[in-house]
Amino acid sequence: MKIEILGIGCAKCHKLEEMVRDVVTKEDINAEISKVQDFKKIMSYGVMTTPALVIDGEVKAAGKIPSLEEIKKMFLGK
Amino acid sequence: MSDCCEGGTKLIYSCAGSADVGEIADRVVRRLRDEGYAIMTCLAGVGAGLSGFVQSAIGADENITIDGCSTACARKSLERIGVNPKSYILTAMGLEKHETPVTEKVIDEIFEKIINSGGFLAATITTLTNSCCGVQILNKKMNKGD
Repeated sequence: MKIEILGIGCAKCHKLEEMVRDVVTKEDINAEISKVQDFKKIMSYGVMTTPALVIDGEVKAAGKIPSLEEIKKMFLGK
Repeated sequence: MSDCCEGGTKLIYSCAGSADVGEIADRVVRRLRDEGYAIMTCLAGVGAGLSGFVQSAIGADENITIDGCSTACARKSLERIGVNPKSYILTAMGLEKHETPVTEKVIDEIFEKIINSGGFLAATITTLTNSCCGVQILNKKMNKGD
């Protein structure tokens, strides 16, 4: 699974990354996690609000931090 | 794009319909964007179901649609994804479809009516310059074709 965290480095972006890493570790999910900070790349997803979470190319959340449960569901629902 | 730390994300969409009132809606939305009242984004992206546009609308604090006529394509496109935008419909504001010249005067009048309509002025001007993630600044530049 390819997970991308879109954001320019604000507190919420860091928080989302922490939560994603936490879920991936606890659920033993095989995932490649990357942070995308490039403006143009972020906008190429059509994302207008950050932070955003992208799983295998699909934007799952933008402009808010999903709960741990929601993140887990996003990952395990794949 | 929006301020990720301070909240208050306000996205705005135009129906961009083919009629005169659709063109006026588009011009007014671009002016609202240029003057920092909201962040303009693409209704077509929402209509196409592109996940970034859809999730951005869902995650925004406020979505605003400006439709040329009562068909309200922009408003209905957002409603289809479960988002209830603040809606402005130009024919309900005195314009007549197929009978309104697209002039700067008309655009100015509609722009003034909208920003004076109440509730619109909690603008993103400050976040455009103070965004901790800087994305709004980029949005402004990119939308202007920079």
